[in-house]
Amino acid sequence: MRSFVPIAIVVAALAVVPLLVHSNVVLNFLVVALMIALAGQGWNILGGYGGQYSFGHAIFFGTGAYVTAILQVKFGVNAWLAFGTGIAAGAVVGVVVGWLAFRAGLRGSYFALVTLAFAEVLRILASVTPITGAGVGTLLKLDLRFAALQFESRAVFYWLILALVAVALIVTYAVERSRFGAWLTAVRENEDAARALGVDAVAVKLGAMVISGAITAAAGCFYSQYFLFVDSHIAYGAWISVEALLTPIIGGAGTIFGPLVGALVVKALGEGALLVTGQAPGLDLVVFGIVLIAVVGLAPRGLVGLRAQLAARWRRARAGEASRG
Amino acid sequence: MLSPVILIPALLNGLLTGAVYALVALGLTLIYGVLHIINFAHGALLTAAMFAAYFAFQVLGIDPYLSIFLIAPLFFAIGYALQRFVIGPASHGEDRNMLLVTLGLAVVIENALLFGFRADTRTIDVPYAFQSIDLGFTYLAVPRLVGFVAVFAVAVVLWLIMTLTDIGRAIRAVAKEKLGAQLAGIDVAHVYAVTFGLGTACVAVAACLLMPTYYVNPGAGNAFVLVAFTIVVLGGMGSVPGAVVGGLVIGVVESLSSLFLGDSLGQVGIFLIFIAVLLVRPQGLFGAKA
Repeated sequence: MRSFVPIAIVVAALAVVPLLVHSNVVLNFLVVALMIALAGQGWNILGGYGGQYSFGHAIFFGTGAYVTAILQVKFGVNAWLAFGTGIAAGAVVGVVVGWLAFRAGLRGSYFALVTLAFAEVLRILASVTPITGAGVGTLLKLDLRFAALQFESRAVFYWLILALVAVALIVTYAVERSRFGAWLTAVRENEDAARALGVDAVAVKLGAMVISGAITAAAGCFYSQYFLFVDSHIAYGAWISVEALLTPIIGGAGTIFGPLVGALVVKALGEGALLVTGQAPGLDLVVFGIVLIAVVGLAPRGLVGLRAQLAARWRRARAGEASRG
Repeated sequence: MLSPVILIPALLNGLLTGAVYALVALGLTLIYGVLHIINFAHGALLTAAMFAAYFAFQVLGIDPYLSIFLIAPLFFAIGYALQRFVIGPASHGEDRNMLLVTLGLAVVIENALLFGFRADTRTIDVPYAFQSIDLGFTYLAVPRLVGFVAVFAVAVVLWLIMTLTDIGRAIRAVAKEKLGAQLAGIDVAHVYAVTFGLGTACVAVAACLLMPTYYVNPGAGNAFVLVAFTIVVLGGMGSVPGAVVGGLVIGVVESLSSLFLGDSLGQVGIFLIFIAVLLVRPQGLFGAKA
């Protein structure tokens, strides 16, 4: 239970924020940051723990967003049910893409490429097929009722996304502590060695892809409910693929809190960049890219691992001094 | 619909477009062949080079075909510096990190262009943009024909560099056996940077060849880079003849599928080939089995 306590503390601390802060701007910022954190938590299972770097997690985000929106608008399904179905659809897409990619033995660059290509195919298809609203996109009806999963107060949306993030934190914790998690990190560190020890690498990676897909899809489902609009560029665009990998990498890939820390830092930096220069398009992403390169170069274990990294460096420096002296 | 009057021009046009695709792919495959990573910044560099060609024409009045001799060396230097001072040091020799760093570079370059020049689409106006040659049964656009010839000239120059020069021999040595090359006294970091520079220079030439007939905006390179990824995968990662043949094949496929399916779905045809090749024969048509 050692690691479960920090999760409870962090979630509890975040849960009281709307009681103290009533600014819609701040709450909106936090809701979006938590949504990106959730997408990143999905990426973190597959990329952080499993070492399979996906450059196309928009596949899952977009599927969740579209399924949630289309089921309600075109088929009149209840919003809660549509939300759940969206998450399940993410898992199913994870099975399909994972099975195709891992069965063919795609790793490293190839896996990154094939996920990117899948996202791009889905984006183009979504921009021409009638059911997604093609180029126009799908607009959800404003219906501020609990049954429609829409709330007048941003605070309730905030608690909803926080609850989803909390579930994802617990799932991540459970994966980390389980035998499955050990297999997964073994595959990340050395797939051939893991195979030699009897780990079914394809099944393990596929399992990670399914969990990963479901979590990132949940972020997409939330997007549709919160913004009440989705089109092909939002759903399957490169922006979400980049942000989903950016947050865990910057926060610390393969750690429980990495995506959450990364999302808060990245979003704060992005907002800061836009504040400094006015609302110039592109500048926030320039900052993200620079931070990404800087973190990979200077702090490969992310911000969460930075303390341990600095401590180790300081110890080495001290040991060096001692041996010289 | 299948009448040769429509089909043959579509085929020829596909071949001419495919040549420029092949050039973009050539840069990508060169980098993959030596560094064993996919350069995700390739498309953003193509866009940057297209902007360079645009401004060379608009501000300095240099014809895009002439500006090749200015922009290609410039982008060689940019590519060299990026690999030597950013990608190499930041990735600590790990492939996964290299992927992330090139992706980060792509995000930085593309959005810096967006920040600097906004999302406006720009074109240049050259007198020969719409000239064509009458072949009797069809017309060929002059700029595309120039592009086609220039691509093969670049391929020959690259081949000469690879076979005749010392740096070419060093590049081939590092591609085959990195550690051995290092032991023989080859500066691997330098060779990596030169390779990256050559790959970037290919993209710069492609940009200059595209500018007379194409447009540029901060996302313009992306359309080409996904096609280039497909070509590289189809032809075999790291294979130069594979890139050329793959480029021509994809050009024809795109031309024919947009003839039959319409423009937006033409691209889907390419990606389906891409996914199919990755899944069935990931080593590509010309690649050795990994």
